Amino acid sequence: MKRLEGLDKLTGRELYIDDLPLEGHLWGMTVRCPIARGRVREIRFGEGTDWSQFVIVDHRDIPGPNELRLIETDMPVLVAEHARYCHEAVLLLAHPSRRQLRHAVREVQVLMDPEEPVFDFTCAPRPEQIQHGQDNVLERLRIVKGDVEAALAAAPHVIEGVYETGAQEHLYLENNGMVAWTEGDTVVVKGSLQCPYYVLNSLTWALERDDARVRVIQAPTGGGFGGKEDYPSLLALHAALLALKAGRPVKMIYDRDEDMAATPKRHPSWVRHRTGVDESGKLLAQDIEVILDGGAYVTLTPVVLSRAIIHAAGPYACDNVRIAGRAMLTNTVPYGAFRGFGAPQTQFANERHMDVIAHTLGIEPAELRRINLLRDGQSTSTGQVIEGGTDRQAILQTALESSEYDDRRTAHTAFNTSHPYLRRGIGLATFYHGAGFTGSGEVYLKSKVRVAGLPDGKIEVQTANTEIGQGAITVFTEIAAAHLGLPTNDVLVAEPDTHRVPNSGPTVASRTAMVVGRLVERACDDLRARLGVDSGTSDGELQRAIVEWHERGQGPLVGEALYEPPPGIVWDEKNYRGDAYGTFAWAAYVAEVEVDLRSYTARVTDFVAVQEIGRVLNPTLALGQIQGGVVQAIGWALTEECQLRDGAMANNQLTNYIIPTAADVPPVRVVFLENPYPYGARGCKGIGELPMDGPAPAVANAIAEALGIEPHAIPLTPPRLMELMTP
Amino acid sequence: MRVLMPESVSEALAFKATNPDIVPIAGGTDLLVQWPGQLERQAASYLDLSGLDELRTIRWTQDTLELGALTTYWDTLCQPRVGVEHPLLHDAARQVGAIQIQTRGTWAGNIINASPAADGVPVLMAYDATVVLASVDGERQVPLSAFYHGYKQLEARPHELIRKILVPRREHDVQFFEKVAPRQAQAITVVGVTVAHSSCGWRVVASSMAPTVCRCPHLESLLQEGTPVSCPEDLLEPLRADVSPIDDLRSSAHYREQVMSRVLYFNLGETCPAFRSTR
Ligand SMILES: Cc1cc2nc3c(=O)[nH]c(=O)nc-3n(C[C@H](O)[C@H](O)[C@H](O)COP(=O)(O)OP(=O)(O)OC[C@H]3O[C@@H](n4cnc5c(N)ncnc54)[C@H](O)[C@@H]3O)c2cc1C
Repeated sequence: MKRLEGLDKLTGRELYIDDLPLEGHLWGMTVRCPIARGRVREIRFGEGTDWSQFVIVDHRDIPGPNELRLIETDMPVLVAEHARYCHEAVLLLAHPSRRQLRHAVREVQVLMDPEEPVFDFTCAPRPEQIQHGQDNVLERLRIVKGDVEAALAAAPHVIEGVYETGAQEHLYLENNGMVAWTEGDTVVVKGSLQCPYYVLNSLTWALERDDARVRVIQAPTGGGFGGKEDYPSLLALHAALLALKAGRPVKMIYDRDEDMAATPKRHPSWVRHRTGVDESGKLLAQDIEVILDGGAYVTLTPVVLSRAIIHAAGPYACDNVRIAGRAMLTNTVPYGAFRGFGAPQTQFANERHMDVIAHTLGIEPAELRRINLLRDGQSTSTGQVIEGGTDRQAILQTALESSEYDDRRTAHTAFNTSHPYLRRGIGLATFYHGAGFTGSGEVYLKSKVRVAGLPDGKIEVQTANTEIGQGAITVFTEIAAAHLGLPTNDVLVAEPDTHRVPNSGPTVASRTAMVVGRLVERACDDLRARLGVDSGTSDGELQRAIVEWHERGQGPLVGEALYEPPPGIVWDEKNYRGDAYGTFAWAAYVAEVEVDLRSYTARVTDFVAVQEIGRVLNPTLALGQIQGGVVQAIGWALTEECQLRDGAMANNQLTNYIIPTAADVPPVRVVFLENPYPYGARGCKGIGELPMDGPAPAVANAIAEALGIEPHAIPLTPPRLMELMTP
Repeated sequence: MRVLMPESVSEALAFKATNPDIVPIAGGTDLLVQWPGQLERQAASYLDLSGLDELRTIRWTQDTLELGALTTYWDTLCQPRVGVEHPLLHDAARQVGAIQIQTRGTWAGNIINASPAADGVPVLMAYDATVVLASVDGERQVPLSAFYHGYKQLEARPHELIRKILVPRREHDVQFFEKVAPRQAQAITVVGVTVAHSSCGWRVVASSMAPTVCRCPHLESLLQEGTPVSCPEDLLEPLRADVSPIDDLRSSAHYREQVMSRVLYFNLGETCPAFRSTR
């Protein structure tokens, strides 16, 4: 089935929040903190402007607590006294003319008494830098399996390495944008967002209103990648505060430079490995320390750290594992959700380290992985016993064969000795990604889905999950149609509107198709049960029953489903033991690179992505997810660098923050090995984040091979490669 | 904001004479990216050249290729003869932005915009191009290599427009344009190196290495004299005499020097037998 809204998006017909008609509205803009940390001394309004024409909102206009309600409430909606990052929102302005508003924003001066900022997340803060608890630690987590110290002491080899990754900007095509207005006593916000109920929760909190008097609607959204998971809650509050004060609709659309400077990015990471191995390369002990840069407030960092450490040891069997993770406060934008959610960072470290181990021991990188890949019956670092029959050796083997790994390596060796300045290499990464919320997350979420039977015999799928470019509407349509045996055009998907759809949880964590899709199936079952129609019925019978229900005037017809964990899942939150995820997707990726030693520029020339993701629901969409993720990860590996100056992004322009263009993308050859997962919709597993995890280490490993160096940090920009090549 | 749409070049020149602050707009690919950030600009008047078809011509005379001021990169790419006689014009045109920009951006706009990182300017400069400036007072010709006096300091006067660009038709036995940039398209040049050798001698032009795109006289004479060069580092001394790269968001001075020397060394090694024999 084709992407339902695909043609509208392709041709520009789709109306995003900035395009939607809106009458009599004001524009809203934000006055921001000019430095990384300090106390607001004075706010000075320029004399040349008639401020009576502007709606001005500051922290005193917030009806409820000045807190953004996420996991914690430490982040203010608007700075009251202390600011913790450059570009933190201090004041809001609204005016009918966008041009005058842009001018006015520059006429407001926020005068600050600077305080000592902290930028380095890897070393302990000085006393004057403490801003959170006793030590600026936002979260600390630990996984222990077996006895690492004893195993390291007894190991024939102990191999160490430190690996670092940088921040990454989401660069969704559509910048953040939100419109707010009031309808009677209700505050309505509509905008570009991933998680309507997250926005609802923060609005009810800071505006002190109940759910009934707040309504959140998702507008067509031009990409999210996690960047619209938490931030829209803040922007929605800003727009709502202005609209409440103005008594008119207010539209806030960020410019690209503002969006890049002021919104969350991927957490930078520092990971240290100490690994005990025997002569054959078998892992005896993995001692891993993970530090994430959390930025200025807690936001989603604890759960990013959680996913980071759970994935840190990779898809390998090892009896003794210790993973110590912490996330530190720094005075930069709060780092947030980004496709992969911590797993790409720690698996970069682990997969790079696997190659370092292989080089140290003189073992082939592929062989080292063959020896250590988890087999059914063995357990992960949290003690989760892996079952399910996925053949991880076959995934690896398929990747090696599809990429002609051995032949290319031989050819590269010959090429590299004869070419004056080009060097080629091929690199491998094997990895996994846990689908759905971590641990008991899905149980806490209590997601609910409804499927309504409409008077004309069609059905409507009602979820809070959002189409953000990944194909959610299409996949929900396919799942419901297949499950009920209906033609796809008899299935509608409701607009995510908190007054109409139940809370089926956020659109994150690769959970939409697998977890929510499964709920759609169960809600379909419930619908059928209410009608008394069995699954084996003939064509058209179900729809006739729906029409008759309405003809009899029996009221609304709604099937419902509430999340239930798959049987046998046990997670000990306190000790980080047990089944961290219902299931994992597994993969082996191979990258081929060419490095130009004139300019130290690395280019990916070929890419093979082999994965097992349960059943493939929609081959085109699945292919798109993998290819897109690979490209995004290649950018992170090679060119995307957030250049911070005093905590603020200096290269917050598309010209200077370098994402790959179509011309930079190698052929990305995608292979799916299917092994249906009984608790995912139609047998699927999560797919969205997996392709972000493997490419960076595969590319770095390929560069390592091409140049005979051991790169430890990404992005591998030309200046960084030059440094590595000229010690 | 005011936009004037002259119907002939002489009308355009007349507007420019009476109102020297008016901003000519050709493809608009440099001017429009400054919106809406640079508000003060919105108050300016614009002189829309796009209707002046007489400026859109590509012509060959006995010894020159003439590019009218509205010639876009795409226009040159559509002329195979340009690629045969002046292949670097094609090489550079293909590496400007991406196709959308190539179809709008003009060679003349590139010259006036005066970016040190320009890609059109260096190949024209390496071919000894001359800029034909027109005003109500008449025309004058300025060699492109003498067009820039400093960062965004141009030889053109406020009431002048570029009418056309003259490129001599010469045989070149060595020529290359190397754009080092962080990605394959839509990228600003971090180091640009253009080299051309004809009976008139060597031309070495550097981009993103100095406040303007510039010729490199010390490197040119090193090549002219056939001074032996055994490694890229041998080129650093004359290079430093010719250019003065800086650290900025896009790269470092150190990287730029190293890479320029390496590109010169390896590309000359590949394309120039005489250079190879000096090693
Ligand atoms: C996405 C993007 C990518 C780009 N990539 C590249 C690149 O890779 N390499 C590169 O070199 N450039 C690049 N540019 C810059 C730009 O496209 C070029 O400099 C182009 O040649 C400008 O031509 P134009 O006709 O669009 O100029 P305009 O924007 O119309 O004008 C540029 C300047 O020239 C003046 N001007 C124009 N014509 C005349 C005339 N006849 N007489 C007097 N003054 C005149 C204008 O007043 C203005 O000051 C890029 C721009 C964008 C937006």
